[in-house]
Amino acid sequence: MEPVTDNNTLNTLRHRFGGAIIESGLDRGDLVAIVAKERLHEIIVCLRDEPGLNFKMLIDIFGVDFLPRKPRFEVVYHLHCPERNERIRLKVQIEEQDCEIDTVTDLYAGANWCERETWDMFGIVFKGHPDLKRLLMYEPFEGYPLRRDYPINKRQPLIGPQN
Amino acid sequence: METFENKNNEQRTETMFLNVGPSHPAMHGVIRIITELEGERIMGAEVEIGYLHRCFEKDCENVGWNQAFPYTDRLNYVSPLINNVGWALAVEKLFGVTVPERCQYIRVIISELSRLVDHLTCIGAAAMELGAMTVFLYFMKAREYLYDLIEWLAGARITVSYVRVGGVKGDLPDGFAEKTRTVLRKLPSIIKEVDKLLTRNRIFIDRMKGLGLLDRERSLSYGITGPLIRAVGVPYDVRKDIPYLVYDRFDFEIPIAEDGDNYSRYMVRMEEMRQSIRIIEQALDQIPPGAIAVDPEGRELTGAEMIELAKLGRTREYIDARARVDLTLEGTNSECASLVNLAEERKLKLPSKEECYGNIEGMMAHFMQIMDNWGIRPPEGEAYQAVEGANGELGFYLVSDGSGRPMRARCRGPCFFPMAALHEMLIGDMVADIIPTFGSINMIAGELDR
Repeated sequence: MEPVTDNNTLNTLRHRFGGAIIESGLDRGDLVAIVAKERLHEIIVCLRDEPGLNFKMLIDIFGVDFLPRKPRFEVVYHLHCPERNERIRLKVQIEEQDCEIDTVTDLYAGANWCERETWDMFGIVFKGHPDLKRLLMYEPFEGYPLRRDYPINKRQPLIGPQN
Repeated sequence: METFENKNNEQRTETMFLNVGPSHPAMHGVIRIITELEGERIMGAEVEIGYLHRCFEKDCENVGWNQAFPYTDRLNYVSPLINNVGWALAVEKLFGVTVPERCQYIRVIISELSRLVDHLTCIGAAAMELGAMTVFLYFMKAREYLYDLIEWLAGARITVSYVRVGGVKGDLPDGFAEKTRTVLRKLPSIIKEVDKLLTRNRIFIDRMKGLGLLDRERSLSYGITGPLIRAVGVPYDVRKDIPYLVYDRFDFEIPIAEDGDNYSRYMVRMEEMRQSIRIIEQALDQIPPGAIAVDPEGRELTGAEMIELAKLGRTREYIDARARVDLTLEGTNSECASLVNLAEERKLKLPSKEECYGNIEGMMAHFMQIMDNWGIRPPEGEAYQAVEGANGELGFYLVSDGSGRPMRARCRGPCFFPMAALHEMLIGDMVADIIPTFGSINMIAGELDR
């Protein structure tokens, strides 16, 4: 990641949250910040509501599994500001033993399905999500298919409710 | 008879649940909407998706970087070329290479052709569901012209797999520009005819205007992009806002509408088709001759005369050289048949099929790329590349661990986000309005469920 010093968004974040911004800079031309899990919600509130930042648009939320690296998971948020055409990627690292993170459904309506999908695929729990259930897989499905230790050829013939 | 009479004249307020789908002729693809009705009015709705989940992301993580193209064809199967372009651009961003100009123009042309196909299908199908069969037939005919072009170019109509990492499968066939111009001359009259049939049609307006409403704030909050966000007055378009390929060289406008209802979405799509035609015409005028593929260091592949040098081991001399190539599906001439025979050990682009079956070097190059975990390897890291799909921002987020397969391949399907908002658009409307609202989202189950 290349360091950036003249970007208003990153400077505001660094100034406001200090140590909670673990790393920040440009990665292949994109603005990226790795942030602490505990303060993620606050940081996104700041990005959304601060007059100079105004990231009103949620582009995407999804998980990444880095097995065998530790911390194993990463949840990635893409936020966009349509007025300034600025985009930021927030990354939060999550340990396998503590697979939980705060929801942002109260900030962005689109987070609802994204978080459900991330839970469905990676088993990452979003604390405070109003209706955390599987989105793409069916309810009785066992396991989390996009985890790297879920074999691609594993089959689960059970479909639909049992009786 | 007594039991059927309402003795106390009281209103019944029980609501009724109605399932629409998952298998229903008006649900293009399989999707289930559970509605709560009071009379015919929708009081609540829940959308259930996942019936077409095919583990696109998991599959991509288990094949080589080039082998994911057939999977991307099946995301938005109406405009598969845009998906191809998106994947290729994301992998190229990981490599940090840019394809030659000619290739970029080709990619723009095929993207816009696909956008036309997609909008024609969306409007045609939405109109048909409201009873306007003529519009559907007119637009399907127009779509056929475009599919003919795509078939000529890529060899297939829908499962194209035309783009490669670092290039495209083959150059434009001879006479492609003229034939495309002929088609583009026919399209505006068809669009105009449909415009006459629909835009001021009383029945159509009654079924579209003021329905499926979603305001600006909610749309942004839902992450909606594409024609739907432009229908609420946000001029967000990846082609203008985060330009990729050579879109910044063309003169075109981003149509917007203000109302955020089905009718605005229809108007935006109609205008976007005219803009796409403009872009293709400009691109055909500007397209330069030149190479259509690059190697992993970003140099253009060079032609036949350099092969002779390479055989003598003099590879240094042509590193910055350029050569004209002519790789078409109709077969290759001798000059470009030697194209893949460069002394570089590992090319970025897969050799064309003619090379692969025509000579030993091509076969070897192909084999090297296709063998498990032996193909191209981007440097470690991650990249997100967005392109403007027909339904909105189509993004690929790829994580590479330096091996021959993606470590994580995330696809941001453009219609996933409006579908998450569908229940909100439906509330307060009538049962019959589910169909036009759902049609105006242009849900494509392939990219929704992945």
